[in-house]
Amino acid sequence: MKMMSGAAMVVQTLNDLGVKHVFGYPGGAVLDIYDALLGQDQVEHVLVRHEQAAAHMADGYARSTGITGTVLVTSGPGATNTLTGIATAYMDSIPMVVLSGQVPSQHIGEDAFQETDMVGCSRPIVKHSFLVKRAVDIPKAIAQAYYIANTGRPGPVVVDLPKDIVNVTESHPYEFPADVTMRSYNPVLKGHNKQIRKAVASMVKAKRPVLYVGGGAITAEAQGKVTELAELLGCPVTCTLMGLGAFSGVHEQFVGMLGMHGTVEANKTMHNADCIVALGARFDDRVTNNVEKFCPHADIIHVDIDPASISKTVNAHIPVVGSIDVVVGQILEELAHESLQSQTEKLSEWWTQIKEWRTQNCLDFDQSSQVIKPQKVIEALYQHTNGDAFVSSDVGQHQMFAALYYPFAKPRRWINSGGLGTMGFGLPAAMGVQFAHPESTSVVVTGDGSIQMNIQELSTCLQYNLPIKVILLNNRALGMVRQWQDMIYKGRHSNSYVEAMPDFVKLVEAYGHVGIKVDHLDELDDAMARCFAEKEKLVFMDIAVDQDEHVYPMQIKYGAMDDMRLSKTERT
Amino acid sequence: MKRIISVLMENAPGALSRIVGVFSQRGYNVDSLCVAETDDPSLSRLTIATQGDNKVIEQIIKQMNKLIDVLKVTELTEAAHVERELVLVKVVANSEASRSEIIRNVDIFRAKILDVSAVNYTIELTGASEKLDAFITTLGNSSSIVESARTGVCGLARGERALTP
Repeated sequence: MKMMSGAAMVVQTLNDLGVKHVFGYPGGAVLDIYDALLGQDQVEHVLVRHEQAAAHMADGYARSTGITGTVLVTSGPGATNTLTGIATAYMDSIPMVVLSGQVPSQHIGEDAFQETDMVGCSRPIVKHSFLVKRAVDIPKAIAQAYYIANTGRPGPVVVDLPKDIVNVTESHPYEFPADVTMRSYNPVLKGHNKQIRKAVASMVKAKRPVLYVGGGAITAEAQGKVTELAELLGCPVTCTLMGLGAFSGVHEQFVGMLGMHGTVEANKTMHNADCIVALGARFDDRVTNNVEKFCPHADIIHVDIDPASISKTVNAHIPVVGSIDVVVGQILEELAHESLQSQTEKLSEWWTQIKEWRTQNCLDFDQSSQVIKPQKVIEALYQHTNGDAFVSSDVGQHQMFAALYYPFAKPRRWINSGGLGTMGFGLPAAMGVQFAHPESTSVVVTGDGSIQMNIQELSTCLQYNLPIKVILLNNRALGMVRQWQDMIYKGRHSNSYVEAMPDFVKLVEAYGHVGIKVDHLDELDDAMARCFAEKEKLVFMDIAVDQDEHVYPMQIKYGAMDDMRLSKTERT
Repeated sequence: MKRIISVLMENAPGALSRIVGVFSQRGYNVDSLCVAETDDPSLSRLTIATQGDNKVIEQIIKQMNKLIDVLKVTELTEAAHVERELVLVKVVANSEASRSEIIRNVDIFRAKILDVSAVNYTIELTGASEKLDAFITTLGNSSSIVESARTGVCGLARGERALTP
């Protein structure tokens, strides 16, 4: 058996697990591990500028690949700085392992320098955590952390490593664990046959069915089977903000995103459906609006790998616990026994209705405006990237514009903080995407508020030559806050206006990148062409957009799914 | 309505704090909590008394089950079960009259006097929570209570139903 230090074991275990990238920042408690990272070339370490960004990079890396993202930080502030990133991953079920340094075991609890109880601090926002107490336990703890992070409903796992156990001067026998399974952890993948039969009976009977597809379908790599099911049933499909791309956004059966800023046709389809098939979605409050008025006519079939997500907010009539890929496979098998020739005919009235809702063209905006409309920028972005870029986003109006005006044909292309709504997520997430896909176009759509929450990472981009394209929809305001203040607070803009905006072009140039400023509509197309022609460098487009634009449609609070504002003056 | 939930979990550091965390994090009530190692020292058994309607209890059970350290969860109150709680209570017993009244109540409730001093009795009683409540009220009527400590409810299902790994 090989003898090595605890620090070397950490690196060796990562090697044996096939980890290629670690996003991190060194500090006292992890210096031994950093030392062990030198002199090996299997694990590439990416030095960030702020630990929060390390977590978002690992997150973007994981979202765009399905591979668990890895973070390495020191104790105390290094560890606590990752908390927002961990919470972001937790809310969106993203597989991530955070290796945090800890003060030496004998000093735990003494308020030692850079000591925080990381296991305690992170407890409500992790899937699980480990405080490793002996060097020989390191391989198993780390291997189990990866196993837990990326099975069942994925999520972040923290492994806290006291400094004394990773000490480079001591040697211990290293053994990669042959088995990481745990008697207390057995995620269910296959749906219960009786429930599958009930679900199929309900789908076959339905005259107004709809598939409501969430992030769980992307996690389970179920796009193929979901598409097969949708085409077999011939029914409309809507995706959640997290599910965009799980079903192609350019498919004729796609009715758009649903929820607070969903399309009229998606929300009306949901509200009027007689059978809702929820696949890896969790009936979040940003989808349902008032649960009391939620889809009164529908039989609700809820498929999810996490039993706790089922009937948490909206009662499911037919719950099915399992992985979306496996369960939809079972549904397809069961459906093979049914004669479905009549689907087109049976659903013709339903489609007539949906097509009528579509004619409202709820995403129309003022095309004649000389002030640049944010929607226009996203449309231009779609054209210049052939609709095939990895698009990361920050949080706010620009996030909704990107989600609504950039249809995603493939899963894992839309990277955004859906559950936690973390401003500052976009740039580091796009960096994680670029590390995972060095040959692809990685774009971040951001706002003037969000970008400044992790702008220091432009320095990391230079160090690693990341040719990211930053599309800043600059409206000189915190747009979504301003929109709510316009609607609810009679236009009283309390602290939503940013008076001291930096000169972004100069700023990115100072960081060693290319900046392009766009103030007029007629410059937009050329500027974008220049941006995407630049393959080697990061290009930052500072685009001045209409400050008064709102995101519509928008659900009306306390209403049903389909109670929506359509513009500043119109409602459904 | 009182609901009793039994949890079988790994006897591992941090496991208890995760359970308690779910309660505070998701806004569930804990009336009492009783936890100790089982006959298998690698496992702990935890009994939680809580309140809530069926939806809340269903969520509590699901959220407990979701914890990696938890093997099994069941609601005891959904079927026939036995439950017990233990209380230790110290009362003032400094006169002949109060002493004999306390002893009479101890007999009636089948409690036990564990410790005697010049001025105090320390009494043990085991039973259902309601019986303990009644005993403490009765004691308080004839004497004054110095202090008391209760273990919280602990229970098992009747018959062959059991919570095993």
